[in-house]
Amino acid sequence: MMPVTAGSANPSWSWNLAADIRDMFSYPFMVNAFRAGTIVAILAAVVGWYMVLRKQTFAGHTLSVAAFPGAAAATLIGISATIGYFGFCLAAAAVIAVASRPERLRGFSAESAVVGTVQAFVLASGYLFATLYNGVLSGLNDQLFGFTFGITNDQVVTLGVVALAVLAVLAVIGRRLFFASIDGDVAGARGVGVRLLGVTFLLVLGAAAAEASQITGALLVFALLVMPAAIAQRMTARPLAGIALAVVIGVVASWAGLTMAYYTSYPSGFCITSFAFAGFIAVRRFGASA
Amino acid sequence: MTAPYMQHAALAGSAIALAAGLIGYFLVLRSQVFTTDALGHVTYTGAMSGLAFAFNPLAGLFVATVAVAGGFAVLGRRARADDVVIGSTFAWVLGLGALFQHLYTTRHSSGNGRAGATYLFGSIFGISSSQAVVSAVVSLLVCAVMIVIARPLLFASLDEAVAGARRVPVRLLGAVFLVVVGVTCAQAAQAVGALLLLGLIAAPAGAAHRLTTRPAVGLALAAGLALASTWFGLLISYLVPRTPPSFAIIGVATLAYLVAFLATRRRVGNLQHI
Repeated sequence: MMPVTAGSANPSWSWNLAADIRDMFSYPFMVNAFRAGTIVAILAAVVGWYMVLRKQTFAGHTLSVAAFPGAAAATLIGISATIGYFGFCLAAAAVIAVASRPERLRGFSAESAVVGTVQAFVLASGYLFATLYNGVLSGLNDQLFGFTFGITNDQVVTLGVVALAVLAVLAVIGRRLFFASIDGDVAGARGVGVRLLGVTFLLVLGAAAAEASQITGALLVFALLVMPAAIAQRMTARPLAGIALAVVIGVVASWAGLTMAYYTSYPSGFCITSFAFAGFIAVRRFGASA
Repeated sequence: MTAPYMQHAALAGSAIALAAGLIGYFLVLRSQVFTTDALGHVTYTGAMSGLAFAFNPLAGLFVATVAVAGGFAVLGRRARADDVVIGSTFAWVLGLGALFQHLYTTRHSSGNGRAGATYLFGSIFGISSSQAVVSAVVSLLVCAVMIVIARPLLFASLDEAVAGARRVPVRLLGAVFLVVVGVTCAQAAQAVGALLLLGLIAAPAGAAHRLTTRPAVGLALAAGLALASTWFGLLISYLVPRTPPSFAIIGVATLAYLVAFLATRRRVGNLQHI
């Protein structure tokens, strides 16, 4: 697949918004970038809201980077990248779920060592696969920092189907997961399967990370997971309103970032994270603490 | 094994491993592993800023990392607790790194795709003799500082309130420690790279914490495991040249953690029933 960069379109911003947008959407790669970006932003915001609530940002970051060895391994042995992404992210989620199981007595510190070790090892494996494949360094950059402007129709369909499946799982377990996240002991006493919910959520997080990393690259997924959710949780403590707000923020940041990337030809990952981070700073500075 | 690049790698790698093991022990104890994750990403952006704006990338790497570590130290207790702040900040810093890399590669059109990978994944076999000496000196200084502050820092980490009441300067210690962590990350980034230094810091220390609860033994064990990982990693990479040294080092460290995990699983499992 030929990587299509925004630079090849050579656009210029005219302040005539309608014309600018029509111009931008005359390129199929931009249409697909917006479709995929929207799907990923919605999914990442919803899953990220639970991730921030459960204080699993470190695990979330680790699962995000597991996408990189997935993509590199798929390239090396010549299978579909999608299988590589989901295989590695879900496997890493399972490892973290199993390894952090007996740690409740020893507290968070031992768990964070597990997560850190898993993260460094998956990244090192990714580097090994990329080295064995012998280069194609632009491919390495895409896997790490994303290739938003080279998405095909088929990929958009795959992204949409997976996003729907993950959101359906979350819709089923959402209420119980919220209960278990707020007060695990009480939830356990009331017969909620806290442990099973924790494992399920890690797998959901892995699937969301695998999905999102195809758009933003393994290193920048984490921005879409953590920032909209962090902003939303500072603005409201109400769960449904918070999730809705996170989705809106994630989608707006993605659209603004993609537009900026199109008109400046800066990396889309940088543009999207910049808009999200600006929102985060604004809400910390001016927003009421929830 | 006597090739100059191998000697430089062994010298720098050993000193960096000792420092990483010692600070890693405290990072795991203080639940600050995520902070290291963040600082690792900052090293990348620092190096890329050096390349993009045409100054020494190592200087950029060093200044950026120590500055951010200092920033975390100033924010103090709030920054330590709030992993959402750390996470959002370093996600954006990494985006900034992608921008700098983009600026660098578009300005210098000749094949510089390699530059990013070098800083992300390290190039220990590419360390020059002067760099190796500087790394060794700085890392040994880090070790010395850690040995000096080890006792009060241990007290402050285990029970902050009591340590504060006994007039241990808890905040100052935390700040000094974070700056030392920044320096170590900047050093380790040269050996194993921005993305993998977390492994050299977290895996040996995590294994040591699982194997013993005695602090002095744990510290020695963490440093020893980090050192052994580096040596075995370099050896593997030398014998099997297709294996990148940073992968070999992290692979051995992960294996050490896995062995410690399996060896102590039953003991930890039994603790749950108490």
